[in-house]
Amino acid sequence: MKKTLNLAMLGAALASSLPALAQDPVRIGFITTLSTPAGYLGEDARDAFRLAMDQEGGKLGGVPVELVVEDDGLQPAKGKQIIDRMSLDGISLYTGVMFSNVLAAVVSGATQGDRFYISTNAAPSNLAGAQCKPNYFAASYQNDVPHEMAGVAANDLGYKKMVILAPNYQAGRDALAGFKRTFKGEVTEIYTKLNQLDFSVELARIRSLNPDAVFQFHPGGGGINFAKQYGSSGLAKSIPMVVPVFSMDERMLAATGNVAEGVNVVSGWNPQSDNPANQAFVKAFTEKYNRAPTMYAAQGYDTARLIGSALKATNGDIKNAEAFRRALRDARFDSVRGDFRFGSNQHAVIDWHLLKVQAGADGKLTEVPVKTIAKAQVDSYAAQCAL
Amino acid sequence: MLLLEQLLNGLQYSALLFLLASGLTLIFGIMGVINLAQGAFYMVGAFCAAYTAIASGSFWLGGLAALAGAALYGLVIETGIIRRLYNRDHLDQVLATLAVVFFTNELITLLFGRSPPAMPTPDWYNVFVEVLPGLMYPVSRMLFIGAGLLVALGMWLLINHTRLGMLIRAGADDHEMVGALGVNISRLYTLVFVFGCMLCGLAGFMAAPLLSVEIGMGEKVLITTFVVIVVGGVGSVRGALAGALLIGMVDSLGRAYIPPLLDQLLPADVSGALSGGLVSASAYIVMALVLLVRPRGLLPARA
Repeated sequence: MKKTLNLAMLGAALASSLPALAQDPVRIGFITTLSTPAGYLGEDARDAFRLAMDQEGGKLGGVPVELVVEDDGLQPAKGKQIIDRMSLDGISLYTGVMFSNVLAAVVSGATQGDRFYISTNAAPSNLAGAQCKPNYFAASYQNDVPHEMAGVAANDLGYKKMVILAPNYQAGRDALAGFKRTFKGEVTEIYTKLNQLDFSVELARIRSLNPDAVFQFHPGGGGINFAKQYGSSGLAKSIPMVVPVFSMDERMLAATGNVAEGVNVVSGWNPQSDNPANQAFVKAFTEKYNRAPTMYAAQGYDTARLIGSALKATNGDIKNAEAFRRALRDARFDSVRGDFRFGSNQHAVIDWHLLKVQAGADGKLTEVPVKTIAKAQVDSYAAQCAL
Repeated sequence: MLLLEQLLNGLQYSALLFLLASGLTLIFGIMGVINLAQGAFYMVGAFCAAYTAIASGSFWLGGLAALAGAALYGLVIETGIIRRLYNRDHLDQVLATLAVVFFTNELITLLFGRSPPAMPTPDWYNVFVEVLPGLMYPVSRMLFIGAGLLVALGMWLLINHTRLGMLIRAGADDHEMVGALGVNISRLYTLVFVFGCMLCGLAGFMAAPLLSVEIGMGEKVLITTFVVIVVGGVGSVRGALAGALLIGMVDSLGRAYIPPLLDQLLPADVSGALSGGLVSASAYIVMALVLLVRPRGLLPARA
């Protein structure tokens, strides 16, 4: 009896290990932010990444993959711990970090030796310029570009005098600097506090300054607060807003309600773009998760398919770093953001769009495309990168 | 006119801080419990308000749900957890109530998901009233100030002019003696705790249409709430009122007037960074100054 049992177990073990012998799944470390109020960013990127895998039956580019997801809790130290653990575990392909401060703690570990990091979102300027790395790719954008594009959009809209606001921390100061780099008119800068809840004081100042328009960078809850209070203060009716998509993504729009109508949003992804990859993605994501995808989801999906294209080209052999890097740079996939290529510094070169918050076909507010602000926009740091 | 408007804005922020701080200080002053989970009840209130208002279409029903939800959740937490902490030291209380914060965040995520809901508001809510000639002020923010004033008045009446208030004051000084007189001190504590939670629920309801209703929204106000209590004097409701007014005003007026002032005095690239830092630190600077002069706060519980 015992013997047959052992035999059966041996048989089962053999049977289950046979396909594994054929090809071990490529393990991908997905370090992202799932808790804290910003948890929905990581959730969207992860869900979209999984969607791409599910559509291929657990594969990317025909190569079986396994996604190992961990929550960094928006803490750089925790991100560092996770990367250390994952690399001990033999994982050598990473993605998923949402915030620049976490990325800063993760990136050196994630690009050491033959390890690769492909950013779904955060892309700080230092890694785009002088400190660019051969094994670091930003499939999203470069952090400054959305703000620079907002400046261009404001010029196009004919605004001459603007009030620009951001929280007083690195990303906020970068946002205002990026905007000022391209905006030709006159600006008044207002720094808010990080995690500030109420903007009544700033709104009163805006009213007294009476600008042509307002630019503000407040991601997550702060942006919802700002837009809600901007709307209920009556300013929205007289002074339009131009914001990067971080200050008004689709989820924030749902939380802000009707007062967000008319906000100009600058984004690298156009949810209604008629390229077939995007149409299929939006439909599949909405059906599977029962909510509209955000830009974070679009970028997560693109990242998955980018990795898929490189896995396909190298037959899943990521140990040959040189070949894998070349395949990533080629980026042979149909991006949901339209034309996609990597610049010389391995940062995404994409088109940028102006969207406007308006009632969609179903009467609900959505971000409706107005026009393309820039085609194939290269970031301001690419020339400093020696790759 | 702008100054007046900024004063009103400061008053409104003070009202939010007072609603949160008064419950916290009541619970500390009377039961000696440091309750880090105060923000969790605020969040529960806001979520109850938003989802009830969405489901029923009634703004006021949302308010009722916020009070009831926060009070009910407070009752569960008090009988399940806080009750065991009365005689433990503050470290245990901090750890246990911090656990309640994490637990509540996960619970709300499981129940409602991560997408922040939009609290629907009736038409009158977005109307402006001419407070003084030339000064239009939104009803939404006046409602906030009104709620803060009402609660301040109500608590003064409750504590100084009712039998319950007398017991509360007596219980704060010597709960064993009050117990020996035949008063059910444990029930009194439960009542105070639930009342404190209800005040947080009220703050959540008031905040829901103006602020983002999201997981972890309580933690964002927690630190400022503690600053208010320390400035006002730990454990004193009058102190909480004074602290809330001081911090709310300093924060608002600082944000309004420090940056333009420095812009005039200093070159642009220096003043931007400096005023940003100064504004961020203003509440803490005030706290340090107050503690320097009055180490126990402005109006301590037992001077």
